[in-house]
Amino acid sequence: MSTAPQPSAPADPGGHFGRYGGRFSPEALVAALDGVAEAWDKAKNDPEFQGELRQLLRDYTGRPSPLGEAPRFSAECGGARVLLKREDLNHTGSHKINNVLGQALLTRRMGKTRVIAETGAGQHGVATATACALLGLDCVIYMGEEDTRRQALNVARMRMLGAEVVPVTIGSRTLKDAINEAFRDWVANVDHTHYLLGTVAGPHPFPTMVRDLHHVIGEEARSQVLELTGRLPDAVAACVGGGSNAIGIFAAFIDDPQVGLYGFEAGGDGLDTGRHAASITGGAPGVFQGARTYVLQDSHGQTVPSHSISAGLDYPAVGPEHAALADSGRAHYVPIPDDEAMEAFRLLSRKEGIIPAIESAHALAGARRLGADLGPDAVIVVNLSGRGDKDIETAATYFGFVDEQGEQR
Amino acid sequence: MSAQHTAQEPPTALATKLAGARSDGRAALIGYLPAGFPDVASSIRIIQAMVEGGCDVVEVGFPYSDPTMDGPTIQLAADRALAAGTTPADVLRVVSATAETGAAALVMSYWNPIDRYGVDRFATDLASAGGSGVITPDLLPEEAGEWVEASDAAGLDRIFLVAPSSTDRRLRLTTDVCRGFVYAASLMGVTGTRDQVADTAERLVRRTRDVTGESGPPVCVGLGISNGEQAAEVAGYADGVIVGAGFCRRILEAPDLDAGLAAVRGFAEELAWGCARPATRDPGAGPRV
Repeated sequence: MSTAPQPSAPADPGGHFGRYGGRFSPEALVAALDGVAEAWDKAKNDPEFQGELRQLLRDYTGRPSPLGEAPRFSAECGGARVLLKREDLNHTGSHKINNVLGQALLTRRMGKTRVIAETGAGQHGVATATACALLGLDCVIYMGEEDTRRQALNVARMRMLGAEVVPVTIGSRTLKDAINEAFRDWVANVDHTHYLLGTVAGPHPFPTMVRDLHHVIGEEARSQVLELTGRLPDAVAACVGGGSNAIGIFAAFIDDPQVGLYGFEAGGDGLDTGRHAASITGGAPGVFQGARTYVLQDSHGQTVPSHSISAGLDYPAVGPEHAALADSGRAHYVPIPDDEAMEAFRLLSRKEGIIPAIESAHALAGARRLGADLGPDAVIVVNLSGRGDKDIETAATYFGFVDEQGEQR
Repeated sequence: MSAQHTAQEPPTALATKLAGARSDGRAALIGYLPAGFPDVASSIRIIQAMVEGGCDVVEVGFPYSDPTMDGPTIQLAADRALAAGTTPADVLRVVSATAETGAAALVMSYWNPIDRYGVDRFATDLASAGGSGVITPDLLPEEAGEWVEASDAAGLDRIFLVAPSSTDRRLRLTTDVCRGFVYAASLMGVTGTRDQVADTAERLVRRTRDVTGESGPPVCVGLGISNGEQAAEVAGYADGVIVGAGFCRRILEAPDLDAGLAAVRGFAEELAWGCARPATRDPGAGPRV
């Protein structure tokens, strides 16, 4: 590991992580972004707000999530001791709820009555619809038309929870276009609407606020691994699309130079095919959807469509703090091809009885590589960011569990 | 910084056009079209028709894959331009052709295409192509250090936006770095034609002028202006009237290019009629709809 230890560097007041981040947005949104930043600064230091959030995380989400042994999967990882941080056991089935509950409480605190959000696979949309039902907020979810077809069940879940789901029919009709459309809605309705962005991307203050709200993952994991093993892990592994679950768990270990931080990007069909979503490994610095960061773009600065078997990682950019962590060398980013992720998906299902989200399967595949490198004495914490119920159709098709007539084998 | 007061530099074509309109006692007409829409050669002919119809200034749009501030009409036009293979070199070619019509040529661009091209290089190449400056809808003054230096070095105007939600502090910050004019977004929303001009526009123009004082840059209004009557209304209080989606829509709806050119020319004439302020307007003329 060629880790050059860096102190954890919170963003500057403008939301810059070194040369990344900042705010590239229309002037019309600046007042709203300043309003969110100010409200969050106050809320995060307000014992009453923090108390309400903690209570929801405990009684509604089910936190703390366990850190569990995975002995039969560990045997597939060069014998290294793999520990799973079980964000899949949260209410709504992924880490997304941590951020959503915080921002939904903030929405109410700001006196706004309507929430909009984007979603790709539907996890963030479902979590947002859930929090809005809980707090009595109007909810509109933007989702690429392509994704509404791929994730019809999650569309039904969101509607069951009372959200309006708007299929986005422009551009590539996927996650990035849903975000564009959410920004267009926000600028027109900003007086009563909060944009509940689902990842550590976008203009300041989203990357820092969403990181703060997921920091609980790392805080818990750090004390749990110390309690369980008596030491810090050799490596922490997480999948990276926008990068919210990864930042959440990395944040607590950044000041521990002996802990290697590994973000596993979606390698799709392989980096050499151009069909992937590995923004850091295969992209270049640029400005996208409000921040300077790594972007999949062509030589003219046009965004290149991303590809991944995992809808949640299918995004052509990454949160700016990851861009800075990659450049500083404090964290390492490695692409995992679809096939390798699906093999890890199958292994965790068969060896541990846990069906992971395909997103999280990228981190599991990464743990297998790390285990082979680090050997049997190593301790590796994997952030199991979500459960795989939503992916059963994709997996059944991939593994050929459904015949052409659609009957179960 | 007060860049608009550096009078030692030669005025750009844009400054000359805006000053000319002002001395004529009318608002300038500023039209927008994405370069390469529906293809490079046609976009040049459309811009020529816009100028023939009365546009003083043309914003040449740099088509971008993720136009967050644009409504469906301009999104579609930009998509067509990208599908036709429009490159940065094409954008500069359209700028050259625009400048040759006698109108002032600006580029309107989201930041990433310019960032990717290289900020200094773009400024140099745009100035060489005869462009007067750039409108940057997603670049805030706080992030514009490199662009301020590059545009100063190349003698280009730089136009930032103000919005109804801008605080007085931000109006000052933004107008301080603007040169050429200040783009006042008439409403809180994306580009596209609307039934009426938002009442937020006049107030924003007044607030902007309160901040800049009499020596401040001209203030031009865009977003939602879609006919001659609306242009006349805006011309009553602004230095310029900016129209984009209305031109794009006429091309999208035309059965062929010739019909589109005629519709664009007629539309520009209607808007130009509106831009002539009531005091100087020919009483016999009316909007040619």
